[in-house]
Amino acid sequence: MAIGLHDSKVKNPLLRWVDQRLPVITMVQKEYGTFPTPRNFNYFWNFGALAMVNLTIMIATGIFLAMHYQANTAMAFDSVERIMRDVNYGWLIRYVHMNGASMFFIVIYTHIFRGLYYGSYKAPRELLWMLGVIIFLLLMATAFLGYVLPWGQMSLWGAVVITNLFSAFPVIGDAIVTLLWGGFSVDNPTLTRFYALHYLMPFMIVGVVFLHVAALHITGSNNPLGVEPKGPQDTIPFHPYYTIKDTVGIVVYLMVFAALVFFAPNYLGHPDNYIPANPMSTPAHIVPEWYFLPYYAILRAVPDKLGGVILMFSSILVWFALPWLDTSKVRSMNFRPVARIFFFLWCISFGVLMYCGAKPAEEPFVLISRIATAYYFAYFLVVLPLLGRFERPMPLPESISRAVLGLKAMGAGPMPGGAVPAKPMEKA
Amino acid sequence: MAEMATKPSAPQAAPNASKRDFLTLSATAFAAVGVGAMVWPFIDSMNPARDVLALSSTEVDLTPITAGMAVTVMWRGKPVFVRNRTAEEIAASRAVPLSELKDAATDQSRVRRDPWLVVVGVCTHLGCVPLGQRPTDVRGDYNGWFCPCHGSHYDGAARIRKGPAPQNLPVPDYTFTSPTQIRIG
Repeated sequence: MAIGLHDSKVKNPLLRWVDQRLPVITMVQKEYGTFPTPRNFNYFWNFGALAMVNLTIMIATGIFLAMHYQANTAMAFDSVERIMRDVNYGWLIRYVHMNGASMFFIVIYTHIFRGLYYGSYKAPRELLWMLGVIIFLLLMATAFLGYVLPWGQMSLWGAVVITNLFSAFPVIGDAIVTLLWGGFSVDNPTLTRFYALHYLMPFMIVGVVFLHVAALHITGSNNPLGVEPKGPQDTIPFHPYYTIKDTVGIVVYLMVFAALVFFAPNYLGHPDNYIPANPMSTPAHIVPEWYFLPYYAILRAVPDKLGGVILMFSSILVWFALPWLDTSKVRSMNFRPVARIFFFLWCISFGVLMYCGAKPAEEPFVLISRIATAYYFAYFLVVLPLLGRFERPMPLPESISRAVLGLKAMGAGPMPGGAVPAKPMEKA
Repeated sequence: MAEMATKPSAPQAAPNASKRDFLTLSATAFAAVGVGAMVWPFIDSMNPARDVLALSSTEVDLTPITAGMAVTVMWRGKPVFVRNRTAEEIAASRAVPLSELKDAATDQSRVRRDPWLVVVGVCTHLGCVPLGQRPTDVRGDYNGWFCPCHGSHYDGAARIRKGPAPQNLPVPDYTFTSPTQIRIG
């Protein structure tokens, strides 16, 4: 090995020549080949890879849609209809992009649920978790901006309502809104800048995803037991074990995705968005896309304009503090019988808020939203800080391998977390 | 047993290697077909859309074009030269021996009905529009068209005579819908 060259183990001379100068092959081998991964992942651990696949699909379909879309209020709606009717396979590419947004939120919400249940946000993975929250915020912004582009009634009025959120801030509110609009209403300047930002933000997401994955590869993955691997007996190489497990997940995910695209492409959308935007008339019943409904319900639960906006933003910002709010040292809720109940109640409160967000702002939905909002925050600000002190967790297994292989030896059934039994490895 | 399982990456002599090869190969082939099927809609979306194809024929009324006059019409975003040639121009063009031509074609083979010459006005070298339609234009050494980009000279039947262009100006697919009307495309 010459000085300044990477000590490459690649056999093919041409590839070695490249790898010595730019060790990408070594890097991929280290990070995705032999990378030691806890041996007990269940299918919840597919969802990071699924999110990556989803991001790729969105960027690919988005680039091809951008070749046909016209960001101008006079042409935007018609250009989208032209994509649907005239462009070869335009209907397919647009429906994949449209439903891809919904699939992205299904995947991300499951990914976040996984993190919350198995305590993946706890030390040493705090920064990894916070980067994930940033990705989620960018994702929400991108989804909102993209929803405005077809310039239907829901696009326009969604943009009006969301941008007006910023008018709640005292003194500078109106100036911020005018700046966002580039005028005195949501109009052509707003549409063109939203398009520019909608094209930019996915690439910002790619950047933060890179940091998210880089941080993950320092701390290593959490696992259903929440017990750190203590040695090679607790881990298996990422390839082929988890590449194949992720592939199984991807196949199932693509089947759900395809079912949505081909059999119910407009099921998750709103028919009013097929009416061209009309700044003179607001639709009677205006709701955001399903993935924003819980936050919309929190907004409407508060009778004060500024208070509602602050609480809505806080409902996500509180996640940043979660690694320090949860005082328990035990990661996995599998070993926290009391916290587990409170956590499932939190999941229900999230679902209730999603339901109420789609309902008109009247009783009993306002009251239900208020109760659910109160519990949503209480879980983070009261329950988790206190439970760490008062809860008595179940005894943790000594190690992953002991838990996974030991149970089998004792004749017990497979772990509830779906731990990988030892059998496939004997065959390898 | 547990010790064995700790080194799952160590390949062992597989007695069913051919079965595994078969599975790998068939899975790879299947995936390749799948990727191809996925990629095609994206590539095809860049082909002309239906509204673009719907614009691919152009009608031209020949009545206002008097002898010796030429008009340029647009067809599929490209200029098409329609020239009402004078008897002298036709005679001069037909007098040229085929051996002098780079892309040999008789004058008769390039017209459907006299005196009309209809050709696509895009130089076969690198796509510029040759001069020669307007009376004030330079018409080249052969009294036809002259491409200013790289100096290709076309004659009265729009055949290449001099310069880098390899072929004659192409004759588009067109029909006479009436004695004074043609449809291009």
